Amino acid sequence: MKILVPLKRTADPDNANKIKIGAGGAKIETTGLEPKANPFDEYAVEASLRLLENGQTKARIAGDKLTIVSFGPKEAATNIRQALAMGGDDGLLFHADDESLDGDLVARALAKVVEQQKPDLVVLGKQAVDGDSNQVGQILAELLQWPSATFAMSIELSADKKTAIVGREVDGGVIKLKLTLPAVISVDLRIVAPKSVVNHVTPATFAYPEGARFTPLPMIIKAKTKPIVEAPIASLGVDAALKSKYVSFALPPARKGGVKVKDVAELVQKLRTEAKVL
Amino acid sequence: MSKILVVAEVSAGKLKKTTHSAISFARLAGMPFDVLVIGHGVGAAVEELRAFGAGAVKVADDARFAHYVGEVFAPTVSAAASGYSVVAVTASSFGKDLAPRVAARLGAGFASDIAGVEASGGVLSYKRPMYAGNALATMQVTTATQVVSARQSEFEAAAPSGGASPVEAVAAVDAPLAGRVEFVSFDEVKSARPELAEAKVVVSGGRSLKSAEGFKTVLEPLVDVMGAAMGASRAAVDAGYVPNDLQVGQTGKVVAPKLYIAVGISGAIQHIAGMKNSKVIVAINKDPEAPIFQLADYGLVADLYKAVPELTEAVKKIRAEG
Repeated sequence: MKILVPLKRTADPDNANKIKIGAGGAKIETTGLEPKANPFDEYAVEASLRLLENGQTKARIAGDKLTIVSFGPKEAATNIRQALAMGGDDGLLFHADDESLDGDLVARALAKVVEQQKPDLVVLGKQAVDGDSNQVGQILAELLQWPSATFAMSIELSADKKTAIVGREVDGGVIKLKLTLPAVISVDLRIVAPKSVVNHVTPATFAYPEGARFTPLPMIIKAKTKPIVEAPIASLGVDAALKSKYVSFALPPARKGGVKVKDVAELVQKLRTEAKVL
Repeated sequence: MSKILVVAEVSAGKLKKTTHSAISFARLAGMPFDVLVIGHGVGAAVEELRAFGAGAVKVADDARFAHYVGEVFAPTVSAAASGYSVVAVTASSFGKDLAPRVAARLGAGFASDIAGVEASGGVLSYKRPMYAGNALATMQVTTATQVVSARQSEFEAAAPSGGASPVEAVAAVDAPLAGRVEFVSFDEVKSARPELAEAKVVVSGGRSLKSAEGFKTVLEPLVDVMGAAMGASRAAVDAGYVPNDLQVGQTGKVVAPKLYIAVGISGAIQHIAGMKNSKVIVAINKDPEAPIFQLADYGLVADLYKAVPELTEAVKKIRAEG
């Protein structure tokens, strides 16, 4: 089986409150924030590896392959390399400025990559933590006319690898869909819970550690020799016109902190008489 | 004439309150609008929606729409969108799944999870929070048809305006992908509590509650005596204490209740993104340096295992006194 994981380089989400707005509201400045792989894309890499290996022996299923693709600056190669250190086999980087991309263009470019790479699954994060749009997986699925599942919190691949039952964590519960491959799956937080991914190769008794895997030094060294093919995004032959434009950016109004109360009695009194919410 | 098509959200034939936010968006955009109801056995929902001032309530009622499957809904919604300049839906998990699909099918630009709309000279500008709400962008869609998903917490639920909009049937369109995606089940989490995105009071717990049991024994009594919805930080969800649909934050639910009580939540950026527009914020945390105190109206530095039962008892007493 072949899986393609799109990965976005984003500014460190844990320090997103340190972003600045450029002169006249022209752009968002992320200078000084460490660029990291979008956390949900990292989860997509982890979920994909769990589909492609025996979790107990860590042996890759023969013939299976994981390709990482990114659209962004040359420096995004570093982030692809990190995903290769987790266990990806090769990478593709299509050079583009972030300003020249939107979710729609990324999805159209991805559709071209899928045509070339012919994966059985595209697994991606449900949203990038910079733009917060949550759209690429859905648009890609429509463009490809592939079945898809968003908000995936579990994936059970059938033994013959022709179908997958995906649990979608939605408002009010969990919807299960049975997808016939090839398909697109966009993943949510809980896809990296210990038993979220079932591939009928990893023993049912095996539980993964919570979260995306750490990369030991030998894997990091090995990843240095894995191939990353780089090309301009124009080489994919997609129309570069965007369907939306950002006019300006601003910081949101700041909220001021209030007072500290000394005990529950004072809290209750303030909520009743001052805030009038009790 | 520019016109908006609002896509209603229906679950098991019942109209979901999320729909009222998308209607509110349409009213604010200042254009005439119609509503599309897609589902199965949606008669009551249609009746309810006739009273909101829509030009028409369009209905696609078909057994194939008994459960939401994006691949099955998108072709019919896209066909019904013909002739409209804007397709609008609320950014619930339904809207977030459906809207980009419809945009792709229509070749339309998409404004996701918007927090505001301004109409000027026939052009709509949208406000969108980005970077976990740390930036507010103004954006426009440049295609002839636009697709919008509106954040429920930022568009107050529309109230009925009277009247009785005419009802028009819409034909269900065949979905080529229907044979390759199959609805298996919906495991509904039944709760007597209000829905998180609609509650007037939200009580949220963090990792300091230490377990699912902690949520149950310490937090839930307060949630229930307050008549509140229960929320959680991402850390608590990650740790498996509560389901992900209770997550308040950048990648979970965005809420703006009258009262938000954060219990044992430090206030990570991504949590704040989901609750900072609450009217009154209370934080209970034993760490006086916790960032949550920087935005809480009332902060209580205390051990939650002592303070929360105390608060529960105090509220109980008030309620008993009436």
